[in-house]
Amino acid sequence: MKRPSKKFCIPIALAATTIVSCVPVKEYQKNKLNDAEMVLSSRKVEKPEMNFQSYREGASGANGGKTGGGCGCN
Amino acid sequence: MKRICLTVIGLYIGLLSAFSQAINNGDSAQYKKRKLRIEEVNIVSSYYHQEGSHAAVTGGIGSQKLTDIANTFDVKLNKYDKRLRKHTWDIEIGIDHYTSASSDMIDPKDISSASSADTRFYPSVNWSMENEQNGKTIGAGISNSFEYDYQSYGANFNFGRKNAVRGSEYNVKLQALLDRVFMIIPIELRGTGRYQENGSKPRNSFSASFSYSKIVNKELQLMFVLDGIYQQGYLGLPFNRVFFDDGSLFIENMPESRIKVPIGLRASYFLGDRIILRAFYRYYWDDWGLTAHTASLEVPVKINPFLSISPFYRFYSQTAVDHFAPYQQHHAGEEFYTSNYDLSKFNSHNYGAGVRWSPANGVFGAKKFNMIELRYGHYTRSNDLQSNIISMNLRFR
Repeated sequence: MKRPSKKFCIPIALAATTIVSCVPVKEYQKNKLNDAEMVLSSRKVEKPEMNFQSYREGASGANGGKTGGGCGCN
Repeated sequence: MKRICLTVIGLYIGLLSAFSQAINNGDSAQYKKRKLRIEEVNIVSSYYHQEGSHAAVTGGIGSQKLTDIANTFDVKLNKYDKRLRKHTWDIEIGIDHYTSASSDMIDPKDISSASSADTRFYPSVNWSMENEQNGKTIGAGISNSFEYDYQSYGANFNFGRKNAVRGSEYNVKLQALLDRVFMIIPIELRGTGRYQENGSKPRNSFSASFSYSKIVNKELQLMFVLDGIYQQGYLGLPFNRVFFDDGSLFIENMPESRIKVPIGLRASYFLGDRIILRAFYRYYWDDWGLTAHTASLEVPVKINPFLSISPFYRFYSQTAVDHFAPYQQHHAGEEFYTSNYDLSKFNSHNYGAGVRWSPANGVFGAKKFNMIELRYGHYTRSNDLQSNIISMNLRFR
């Protein structure tokens, strides 16, 4: 059984560094953050694309897509 | 004198009405309509077509031509309870219909048969309760998926907490999918007594997902996602042929358990006044020997406040599972084997663009027709597979 690579830690280190540099943002300053295009989760129109990717590729999960279930037979 | 008195009385009444208005405003700020209301309705449709030459059904050779038409109808309802907690119900019904050249090869190869097409029906209901005072949310849901040779029953539970002051939010989701794989084996192996030909076998998936999102500043927000997935049961497919180097034919055989660990990071950044950068990176590892990297960038450009165009590019790279070998390259004595190219080593590129239109007075002037979004993507895989997908989301509010 292969062990997870060291690259596994890169996103965690990046996220931790960025989060440390956060500044407080008040409600009235969130007009850009509240824009519909700024959503962090995947949008509904992307779901069919993510669905076929989860069938055609060996990896899935960590993106709001399905993590199991459904056949994916074809 | 009379005029002065009238002016004073008028001013007093004016002041009184102003304050009474202020008090009323205070009350109405706390007031929430408690009637069940429709928050939004979404209709998502897509058309997908692929071409390739490594079908798993025919042992890693043969056409992968496939066409899929998918539609989902999704209604979101909400209601506030006596304690001003927001209850949301999300009811979704999905239906896909596909035709597949490789599935057609399960049955006699000289004529097109029932296995050449199938329809999948997948309803789901999700409920959540949000306390807007303390930022806590809990939720649960059930889902089903039915197709001719496969059934899936799912349940999930989730909870999360928002911290408005810190600009952070975490969510935990637990999910179980209890599936049945119906034992439909290739035509030439039926009646040989080598394999189970009737009934079904179980395939269960259990997953835990943790996400943490954080506002970094007025233009940037991040989300970190970690999933842990455990699958057990019959994880191959009974109609996937495997040809060994001596010419003998078997059906795909895979280990009875699989652990998957994907870890992802998303970032959304508002660059200037018109451009947004949406980035995603994921690292994936599983105990079948497959590791993968996914990186994508989408750049929505706002033509005006109501119209945006979003070009995107996604790169994906994976290693093969330990048990993969191409057509006629497995050797006798191997315990597990597959010639499914979805589990082989490859890179893929996916690129395209989307258009989102959400005018203030409704699409084509229809007030309830709030938004229309179209998206096209072209996908190429380094082992000879190409596909195109076009999707559309209509939203009504």
